[in-house]
Amino acid sequence: MLKHIRPLLPLVIFVFIAVFLWKGLRLAPAEVPSPLIGKPVPAFSLPSLFNLQQNYDQKIFNGEVSVFNVWSSTCSACAAEHDLLMDSVAHTQHIAFYGLDYRDDTEAAKAWLKHYGNPYHLVLADVSGDAAIDWGVYGTPETFIIDKHAHIRYRQIGAIDRDTWQHVLLPLIEQLQHEQ
Amino acid sequence: MMSIATFFCLPTHVFAATDNYAFVSATQATRFQTLTSQLRCLVCQNQTLADSEAPLAADLRHQIYIKMQAGQTDAQIVAYLVARYGNFILYRPPFVPATLFLWLGPALFLLLAGGGLLFFIRINRKV
Repeated sequence: MLKHIRPLLPLVIFVFIAVFLWKGLRLAPAEVPSPLIGKPVPAFSLPSLFNLQQNYDQKIFNGEVSVFNVWSSTCSACAAEHDLLMDSVAHTQHIAFYGLDYRDDTEAAKAWLKHYGNPYHLVLADVSGDAAIDWGVYGTPETFIIDKHAHIRYRQIGAIDRDTWQHVLLPLIEQLQHEQ
Repeated sequence: MMSIATFFCLPTHVFAATDNYAFVSATQATRFQTLTSQLRCLVCQNQTLADSEAPLAADLRHQIYIKMQAGQTDAQIVAYLVARYGNFILYRPPFVPATLFLWLGPALFLLLAGGGLLFFIRINRKV
């Protein structure tokens, strides 16, 4: 009996190692899962980038499905996703599209939006980066999908590409729009 | 003589990051150093918060400093960070279902290797 098993051992070991390596290929440790999924948006009070005297709080997320995009004028990946934000996200019906300008020079941020176009309904300025910590943000760009009851439902780390928008974010937004 | 004394007064661990925080006591400074060394910088993920120069790491050190000054315990500060960034921020992963294999894997491999070794020794004796 042992003699029958023995020639198979290299194969068994190979399969064992292959399974591990195959799984390792699919791991994306740089994408840290958010513990905030399913939780209410964190409380904040932040000024509008275009009017630093006027503050907004988390109540802006009540009532409608929202897309909340964290960006900065110093971030090249943000420029890469900007076309998609301009022509797809901004034209999606029945959503509120908010931006969070993260750890940025407000003048540079305004110039950036003037140059590339401003797809947001409202841009909040988080100059210190403290509000972003409450969202678990650790880089730009990051995008949150928030339901009508101001609960975070999804977080996208890194730039949104057309494939992700078409197959992940847009279907989720449509699903959330149908929720009561 | 003086220079030797000065030399021994230098901190043994120099921060890579260049914060300048004032602590009420040496104990609290050590506490800050120990705590930030046990937390992961999420930007450069193989560095601790203590070592990283990333802006986010500086922001998080600042938050930790403020919370320490406000009298929060290490456990409270860690809970604050885990609530936002998840267990990933801990360099020492907790023993939870998702990390079961991580913690017990080495023992499992040791058992497998030991079993395999015994198995082959017995086979070779019989041949």
